[in-house]
Amino acid sequence: MALALGTAALVLLALLSELARPRLIAALERRRLRSAERERTANELAYDPGRELRAEQRARALLQSCVNGDDWAMYRDLGFLRVWGNVRDGGQGHSAGAPYAYLIYPHRPIVAYLPQTGALLNEYCVAFPDHSKPYGSPRLPDSDDVLAKWMALTADERRLISDANMHLPGRQIDPETVRRDLLRLARWERERLAHRVDSVRAA
Amino acid sequence: MKFLRMKPGHGEILLAEGDVAIPEQERELIEAFRRELDAGMWAAVPTEARGGRREAELVRSFAEVPRDAERVIFFPRAAGGAPRTVQ
Repeated sequence: MALALGTAALVLLALLSELARPRLIAALERRRLRSAERERTANELAYDPGRELRAEQRARALLQSCVNGDDWAMYRDLGFLRVWGNVRDGGQGHSAGAPYAYLIYPHRPIVAYLPQTGALLNEYCVAFPDHSKPYGSPRLPDSDDVLAKWMALTADERRLISDANMHLPGRQIDPETVRRDLLRLARWERERLAHRVDSVRAA
Repeated sequence: MKFLRMKPGHGEILLAEGDVAIPEQERELIEAFRRELDAGMWAAVPTEARGGRREAELVRSFAEVPRDAERVIFFPRAAGGAPRTVQ
């Protein structure tokens, strides 16, 4: 009796294992695929300094091809761009006669100020998030962010400013840093002017 | 005419390229333009104003793109950054 029961149990186990084997194999395969997918995604989303550097180099080239030579030199030398305000004077004025101007920093608020006095007016917090997040982050390269702000400001200043969140100066950027940047900008412009005068005299 | 799109981790990528004078290529450009706007992008055309000053023009449809434009740059639409605080 015991022998018969034991044999029946063995046969039952063998049958069950035969039935379960395809499912077991499929489950193991699914687990292997999930693990490979997790590893692939992690590799894609991992911060890659080389990739980011190449992206930034491409972005710098695009920025350089779009803005004026002086503006490009300003960004290259100082790390920010100045854009003259264009609203109150009917869109005609710029340079020294403009009533106000903006400083564009990469991935930081746009700062409005008065060129004549250096007084800071407002910070405009605006971002250009790419929700497709191709490498896990919505952030554009630094120079693309600057170019996006520059294009939006020069094309439709009112729209960009209305889309931004406005704050008093100092919320995200230290006002002292901005004042130092304005002094650096003034010195940089004097030096470039002097260099041009020297070049003309030499010619 | 080239359609470029800014992309995180990549810089700009070439989306489409064609001659607007050739109807078939123009159709492809129009379709690519619509796709990007439907995806929530803004489109800008770098231009040169009188006096040589460079600026950009935001365009909302392909018809607004100057026929002689060399590039249209697509970039994600602006969103307010840090939230407003209640004073």
